Amino acid sequence: MFWGSRKTINMNYFPDEVLEHVFDFITSHKDRNSVSLVCKSWYKIEKYSRQRVFLGNCYSISPERLIARFPGLKSLTLKGKPHFADFNLVPDDWGGFLYPWIKAMGKSRIGLEELKLKRMVVSDESLELLSKSFPNFKSLVLVSCEGFTTDGLAAIAANCRFLRELDLQENEVEDHRGHWLSCFPESCTSLVSLNFACLKGEINLASLERLVTRSPNLKSLRLNRAVPFDTLQRLLIRAPQLVDLGTGSYVNDPSSEAYKKFKAAIQSCNSIRSLSGFLEVAPRCMSAIYPICENLTFLNLSYAAGLQSNELTKLIQHCRKLQRLWILDCIGDKGLGVVASACKELQELRVFPSDPFDAGNAAVTEEGLVLVSAGCPKLNSLLYFCQRMTNAALITVAKNCTNFIRFRLCILDPIKPDPVTNQPLDEGFGAIVRSCKGLKRLSLSGLLTDQVFYYIGMYAKKLEMLSIAFAGDSDKGMLYVLNGCKKLRKLEIRDCPFGDAALLEDMGKYETMRSLWMSTCEVTLGACKMLAKKMPNLNIEIINENEQTESNLDDNQKVDKMYLYRTLVGHREDAPEFVWLL
Amino acid sequence: MEVGLKMGFEETELRLGLPGGGEGGEVVRKRGFSETVDLKLNLSSSKQDTSGMDPNDEKVTGLNKEKNLLLSATDPAKPPAKAQVVGWPPVRSFRKNILATAIRKSGSDESSGEKVAFVKVSMDGAPYLRKVDLRMYTSYHQLSDALAKMFSYFTIGNCGSQGLKDFMNESKLMDLLNGSDYVPTYEDKDGDWMLVGDVPWEMFVESCKRLRIMKGTEAIGLAPKAVEKCKKMS
Repeated sequence: MFWGSRKTINMNYFPDEVLEHVFDFITSHKDRNSVSLVCKSWYKIEKYSRQRVFLGNCYSISPERLIARFPGLKSLTLKGKPHFADFNLVPDDWGGFLYPWIKAMGKSRIGLEELKLKRMVVSDESLELLSKSFPNFKSLVLVSCEGFTTDGLAAIAANCRFLRELDLQENEVEDHRGHWLSCFPESCTSLVSLNFACLKGEINLASLERLVTRSPNLKSLRLNRAVPFDTLQRLLIRAPQLVDLGTGSYVNDPSSEAYKKFKAAIQSCNSIRSLSGFLEVAPRCMSAIYPICENLTFLNLSYAAGLQSNELTKLIQHCRKLQRLWILDCIGDKGLGVVASACKELQELRVFPSDPFDAGNAAVTEEGLVLVSAGCPKLNSLLYFCQRMTNAALITVAKNCTNFIRFRLCILDPIKPDPVTNQPLDEGFGAIVRSCKGLKRLSLSGLLTDQVFYYIGMYAKKLEMLSIAFAGDSDKGMLYVLNGCKKLRKLEIRDCPFGDAALLEDMGKYETMRSLWMSTCEVTLGACKMLAKKMPNLNIEIINENEQTESNLDDNQKVDKMYLYRTLVGHREDAPEFVWLL
Repeated sequence: MEVGLKMGFEETELRLGLPGGGEGGEVVRKRGFSETVDLKLNLSSSKQDTSGMDPNDEKVTGLNKEKNLLLSATDPAKPPAKAQVVGWPPVRSFRKNILATAIRKSGSDESSGEKVAFVKVSMDGAPYLRKVDLRMYTSYHQLSDALAKMFSYFTIGNCGSQGLKDFMNESKLMDLLNGSDYVPTYEDKDGDWMLVGDVPWEMFVESCKRLRIMKGTEAIGLAPKAVEKCKKMS
């Protein structure tokens, strides 16, 4: 390197457009964030060229500041309620409202094109405002949201002239039996993806057929259970180019004309790689889809309660290229053995409980998991609801599969020990974290002591999200995790004996994380107040189940639910009465 | 209003430790484990008590059921998870709903249309709403117990235990409404607000869209209408 007289060439001699073009190749949020920290001019260029923004917590920043920071925003992802809201631990009306975001962006010059929401409260009013505020709006994806009806969908359909994607996943939608599908104008031919599987009401079938017919780019279509078999068959004839199909009602008589036509229609759908639906299913009709099984990479039968283990295994045996499988536990351990021998490309497995209300009925055990781990070396993502688990099994799984990124185990009996040895499952989970060096997400269950947290803190160096329930003995457990897991972003804890000492030991840690949830633990109001006082960049929220007011409660009393998160904008204005902002 | 259900709490507290052995293992306080025990408990323990669906046969009080459940929770022979806990297993309500409907439908040939099992429950004066899955219960009494637990200062008085018969008798209805602090009402498919208990349980589950627990004095206006509807149907 020459110093002194020789000028060093640096990238700032390039015009902004060149830098911008270079930045176009940098797509990950993390990398773009890093780029913006290099110097002022890079910050400025990155700021104006940034189109995609991800906000993991909608309360970490205000709509106004977002708009000021990234005026070129085109695609926004927002997440609202804490994860445990999915399991009824957060009362309705807690927050996560979409409307203020739409209002602010609508007033500004933001040309929003894509919106993806998770666990937000979405009103019809906000959907209507959205549909009218952004002429280039293309894509709406709603996951686990609520607060809207089919009237809101009608507004989207009617007003978003260039809509490409309407994807509704597991939302609570009030059905007004409207003809929202008919609201897509005849001129709308741009649809690429339409998913309304979660809707409960009737659908105008003729409108649906016409819509599919005039959508030559349609690649993904997921129907709800109100769409009958013969309509499905007609839709397939109109859209043989589909890549992703979710069936509606899959019930018919194999000897009927409709069934024969369906078999013919599906033969020409040789692009289908992803299959789901089957909320209503007649097992004897499953053989009709065998022809497309050999190309499937994603199969979701997790709502197909009507299929028994042998029907499932017969189907899965045809799916040799499967990468992702979502299934109910009625497949059984033997069935999982079939998966292990047939699906060598499997990366992700989710086994859901077919009877979520009765812990005694789970049909899979540690055996099924061991079989899959032995047969599917590429396995990297697991969600497994089971009746029992042993340390030996987990140790074997850890040996067989070292690539886990996501490992979520739910033993339906919340504090069940290893049934063979009667020991806690510390060693089993310890083996997983030791062996899977890339582990990013972990959910624990079963009988667990502080020891498992010692292992997690020691070995789970890449861990970003940890979910704990009914585990641990003392504050030490939580401290092992907070001290050891440097990359931790989300920690959610329920019913554990972790208290003030653990909470307050390293207050600065929470500024490096997105959020912390603690419910039914040993944390007192006084400790929460202290944390709030010392850390102005954190919002500490207490959700109180009783009718006591803040003044009634003394500092020594334990809080029911505490949710804290880092934020740049202080207390939120929309918190309901039962949420105390400390 | 004190919750009488906390009686005998400490004795029935859940403990961690090897089953069958007490010494050496620490008593870990899972504070509020029994508090998190869900209203659904009513169903799992009372299934044996109420074989038929006749609300008039029930004699088990809510308090007894609670005790039974807590006892079974500490009985080493019965794993604690027989008691269901709020938010456990961690399955999205959306999925639970769908599967619950599917379980009930299995065996029946025709599909009788989608039923929304979860309904919102509001109570006058309570800070926020809750949700219940009506399909988890087989009688008004069970529902009343569940609601009592949810809103622990809520008293249904004797409204739930007698079920159908009392609501046919207008004067007795008036006594009940005047006597009790709160009364459960519901919005039916037509959008009308009705008194809970008017119609047979299955019919109620089909037609109930949401529940509201009103102050008794406000509910009096509903009573004549309720009795009228009943009379028309019988």
